[in-house]
Amino acid sequence: MSNGWTREQMAARAAQDIPDGSYVNLGIGIPELVAKFVPAGREFIYHTENGMLGMGPPPTDEERDLDLMNAGKKYVTEVPGAAYFHHADSFSMIRGGHIDVCVLGTMQVAENGDLANWSTGEPGAIPAVGGAMDLVQGVERIYVITQHTTKTGEPKLVERCSYPLTGTGVVSRIYTDLAVVDVTADGFRVFELAPEITFEEVEQKTGAPILPAER
Amino acid sequence: MIDKTYLSVAEAVADIPDGATVMVGGFGASGSPIELLHALIDQGATGLTVINNNTGNGDVGLAALIGNGQVSKMICSFPRSSQSRVFPKMYQAGKVELELVPQGTLAERIRSGGAGIPAFYTPTTVGTILAEDKESRDFDGRTFVMERWLKADFALIKCEVADSLGNLTYNKTARNFSPLMCMAASTTIAQAKRLVARGEIDPEHVVTPGIFVDRVVEVSQPVHEDTLIAAGRSYP
Repeated sequence: MSNGWTREQMAARAAQDIPDGSYVNLGIGIPELVAKFVPAGREFIYHTENGMLGMGPPPTDEERDLDLMNAGKKYVTEVPGAAYFHHADSFSMIRGGHIDVCVLGTMQVAENGDLANWSTGEPGAIPAVGGAMDLVQGVERIYVITQHTTKTGEPKLVERCSYPLTGTGVVSRIYTDLAVVDVTADGFRVFELAPEITFEEVEQKTGAPILPAER
Repeated sequence: MIDKTYLSVAEAVADIPDGATVMVGGFGASGSPIELLHALIDQGATGLTVINNNTGNGDVGLAALIGNGQVSKMICSFPRSSQSRVFPKMYQAGKVELELVPQGTLAERIRSGGAGIPAFYTPTTVGTILAEDKESRDFDGRTFVMERWLKADFALIKCEVADSLGNLTYNKTARNFSPLMCMAASTTIAQAKRLVARGEIDPEHVVTPGIFVDRVVEVSQPVHEDTLIAAGRSYP
């Protein structure tokens, strides 16, 4: 069996589906890599929920401003044309439907588009939600980038999420190491397979019924 | 002539009583009013309810206030950060209560508190465990959850420039929750990197109008949480 797409290739594949001129919010982890793979001829403007549009790449030591961070609390830079604003404006952009695309990581996605990415629900665990629940409700296109299975081989694409939900019926498309999968009215449907990956392998590693790509 | 200038952070926080609700500006390290927080540790008020997006990092600033046993409840969206050690320990020992609020809802609740709106409806949390026990209502065929305003007795804010009337500007993403908290607190205390005379901030550049600010104090070389943590510092 082949390994399918790398993390970088998953991010690059997701970037292909983001239209030119989009305002984009990228989650922490693999989604952050999307910014490295903007297709030639397109421009995306990055929103970070702690109050900035026009976020640029990480700074050099000389460029670093301790007041300039992203939502993952990492130091970033500003691109020409950037803007700063307070948190209520920032989440008005999210909830008000002004952000075009949000790319998130996840623990589980269900065949009906339910997303679980904030808590394992284990007793004693400290819950932390951040802006995830606002993003999934407010942004029209929610793309998820995730490995197809957990480190122990459990499917992350499932019939029903067992972890506490972030939102219901919110996910449009999923980019895994094995395939691009759409959430449709009929459940999961493969849109595209990674090179050398068979539909049977994807089906076997998915915890819910999944349809082959339409041709 | 109105002059909101205080000469020291100690004087500015002197009257915060036990049991007060205190909003603290900042998103992680960015915009955290470390000097005001340390002054509050020196001052010693206890039983505080603190509203901040996080719960502090390392053993300085907000984390040190919690570690010093002065906070009985945290209202925040993300209590787990990579360098957050104090809060998890205190929470698991049952010494501090947690109210978890999604980040956008937290911002809007604070804004509403300052704007005189007692409640509002939001799509955030619909269908999740955080919406349990909350009133919901359908508008235009979609379900929304009711959320209440948040107000505070005091707000501790870090800004870039303040004038003697309390007009404020911020630096980059250090702005975050601070303008909202200035509106929602009965008494807002701002530490400024630069304190200037009235008229020196271009009125078109004012971010927080002085009507929302009660006290300004100059801290010309503010320390930064990340720098203190990297240096292995703790407070007191």
